[in-house]
Amino acid sequence: MAEKKDNTKLMMMLLKGRTLIVLALLVIFFSIATPNFLSANTMLLLAKHVALYGILAIGMTYVIITGGIDLSVGAVVGLAGIIAGGMIQNGVTLESMGVTLYFSIPLVVLITIICGAAVGLINGAIITKFGVAPFIATLGTMYIARGFAMLHSSGATYSNILGHDALGNVGFTFFGGRIAGIPVGAIILAVIAIIAAILLKRTVFGWHIFAIGGNEKAAKLSGVKTDNVKILVYIFSAICATIVGLITTAQLEAAHPASGETWEMNAIAAAVLGGTSMAGGIGTIGGTIIGAFVIGVISDGMVMCGVSEFWQMVIKGLVIILAVIIDQFQRNMEAKMALQARNESK
Amino acid sequence: MDELEVIHTNDEVVLHAEKVSKIYPGTKALDEVSFDVYKGRTNVLIGENGAGKSTLMKIIAGIEQESAGELFMGGEKVHFDNVSQARAHGIGIIHQELSLFPNLNVYQNIFMAREKTKNKIGLDNEQHIELTKKILAKLEHPIDPYTIIGDLRVGQQQMIEIARNLIADDLKILIMDEPTSSLSEQEVQVLFKIMRELMAEGISIVYISHRLEEIMQIGDYVTILRDGKFVASAAVKDIDISWIVKKMVGAKKSYPQRKEKIDWSKREVVLQVKDLCLPKKGGGWLLNHVSFELRRGEILGIYGLMGAGRTEVFECIMGLRPEHTGEILLNGEKIDIKDVAAQIDNGFAWVPEDRQREGLVQTLDIGKNISLASLKAYAKGIFLQSDQEEAAIDQNIKDIHIKVADKRLPILSLSGGNQQKCVIGKGLLTKPKIMLLDEPSRGIDIGAKTDVFEIMNHYADEGLSLLVVSSELEEIEAIADRIIVLSNGIKTADMVKEEVTQDKLVMASYKGHTTAKSA
Repeated sequence: MAEKKDNTKLMMMLLKGRTLIVLALLVIFFSIATPNFLSANTMLLLAKHVALYGILAIGMTYVIITGGIDLSVGAVVGLAGIIAGGMIQNGVTLESMGVTLYFSIPLVVLITIICGAAVGLINGAIITKFGVAPFIATLGTMYIARGFAMLHSSGATYSNILGHDALGNVGFTFFGGRIAGIPVGAIILAVIAIIAAILLKRTVFGWHIFAIGGNEKAAKLSGVKTDNVKILVYIFSAICATIVGLITTAQLEAAHPASGETWEMNAIAAAVLGGTSMAGGIGTIGGTIIGAFVIGVISDGMVMCGVSEFWQMVIKGLVIILAVIIDQFQRNMEAKMALQARNESK
Repeated sequence: MDELEVIHTNDEVVLHAEKVSKIYPGTKALDEVSFDVYKGRTNVLIGENGAGKSTLMKIIAGIEQESAGELFMGGEKVHFDNVSQARAHGIGIIHQELSLFPNLNVYQNIFMAREKTKNKIGLDNEQHIELTKKILAKLEHPIDPYTIIGDLRVGQQQMIEIARNLIADDLKILIMDEPTSSLSEQEVQVLFKIMRELMAEGISIVYISHRLEEIMQIGDYVTILRDGKFVASAAVKDIDISWIVKKMVGAKKSYPQRKEKIDWSKREVVLQVKDLCLPKKGGGWLLNHVSFELRRGEILGIYGLMGAGRTEVFECIMGLRPEHTGEILLNGEKIDIKDVAAQIDNGFAWVPEDRQREGLVQTLDIGKNISLASLKAYAKGIFLQSDQEEAAIDQNIKDIHIKVADKRLPILSLSGGNQQKCVIGKGLLTKPKIMLLDEPSRGIDIGAKTDVFEIMNHYADEGLSLLVVSSELEEIEAIADRIIVLSNGIKTADMVKEEVTQDKLVMASYKGHTTAKSA
């Protein structure tokens, strides 16, 4: 019996570390398949790509742990880019006063983040105050945010976002650049990931997120202000999306209203690959980051192997489904172990 | 095992389990248990939680499969791979945890997977509704067949669950796993009447219950299990309650009584509820001018039938019913009730009725479930001081004797009784002045019940005031210093411990209905 128990323990360890194992296997596979894969350049490029949906996935992880979903993040990416790009290229014209204002870059960033956060506030308010299902509420705001992005530029791209010295608004491309060879996006990802992980595990707010996702009614009866916590979580997700909008705009040196389309799906996929439960109550930031890297390695690796984009989609889909099947398996096993512990304590 | 006596009887055995075992990874839930189900009789299975009763039932009902041993029906060996096979042999089960569809209505639930059809395709809803009305009339619960199950009270839902099984043709054995745990006295009596009718029709009943008085009332044969093993069996007419308790726990136990003589008139009133009214959806009142007061260190019991408004009193006090009217005074001052969080800050703690749905966060571990309501107290700025939190959890586990191997284990790894202690511990950690407990002993075994009552006694002695809702007469009689009775939203009695008798309580619990009718 003891041996059997050890086996279950080993099995659990393997299951828990499965995403990391998959990531390692993928890296080994691609470094054999394409000799250049393990080079510093490839890795930095990978980090730059992963930064984008990695940051989205961090916000998404919070939302999913509360038992919700945020479909609007992709649209917020587009909207944030357009708001920032528009402010840099055309300024803000106050018709009544007949002036056009150009803001410095820190102010542009701040205003954009406030606008993005407003979308999150709206999401949270619709969900908590009017009782709309998160899927529907954020589906609605997804269309609305995308629509406003299109309206703002009439569907066009703001391509002049370098700014002018005379206007004092240069320097936006910093977000698309590198510090000591490391992409700024990757650094921002690291910073947000660390903050998010600490918030989640070391603060009352973080545990309230877990409690809401595990059993909202019980959380509420324990004095958790469920509405406030959920609103904050959707704001956090929207701010993550806004930051991604700023980074991608800076990387491309252009703000396109359609950018970020379907990225919400990559974010969900990364979170789920990282072990976040769609039923809520379970998830880690570390897992999500690994999940984001798995998606990144598959995409970049297959591009380098010359696999067509269409096959990439098929394979990504298979990986996600497989991940969730294994996840389910793990949960059943955990439930069984809990039952076993309960019987043994008798 | 001298008690392994042979029962001398002329009753026919309809099902015999021979040395049935069930092995889960790492544990033996059932160890070579033999069990007879007598035709047209109530066959009682008892034992503390974890004794193996539910496991044996599940094997007979085809939900789980035996690891060893055999089942016989009418002399032939049978084996059930699933519920359908068991049902084909005429075995039905009423689960302890209700297995209804809350989103569907009454008749849809009753006929789920047994639908009557027209021309093999269309649903014959006229027939469904007609049969539903008939069966519910028989059960003395004329509920509208169109009512959505989720809108019914737990007791009513239990009746639907029973109705569901009665609708099956050629029912031979009906297994009832704690069917009365959420029923009122009145409903229990209706249920017993139905059981007697079923038995008269030759249907055998397998009955699991923690309520020993019931077993003496309705049981014919009793089989006692302990730790997955057979302990004894006997005909009920030959035994008494103390015999059962002795066999179950190995020693005689009774509920701890409140003992201290206190002059309550000298104790300060901490909570005063004045003219509490709560309108009912569609007219009438859920609570109709209910007033009472609670003194420091007092345990006030609230007794009443299901739906009498007991839980609603708690919901009003905790801020879940903003539509209520009336005054609630804390230490003589009227409080403005905002929400649960604010009420916890005001010194209230609530142990809700439904442990799984309202008490526990199943995805969190044992420790976090205990500290959840008091997390703020361990925070410095926004950061949680985990050493303080751990210390508080450990102290709590020690104080109220929660049996925990490791507080980082999932909450569901604990037995029901220990889960309940965690919910109580969570409330205690908020350092409450007033604690509201709604059916705190529901679905836990006698040992754990005694523990829970001891916790309540202990904290009351230390000055905590408690409001306790219970449906069990003996329990509420033992634990409460004073009892108020609610009936149909009206307070019909208010008596101190010395005045309380079970008769008076039951009488008062019906009063509200008669006055409502005559009015």
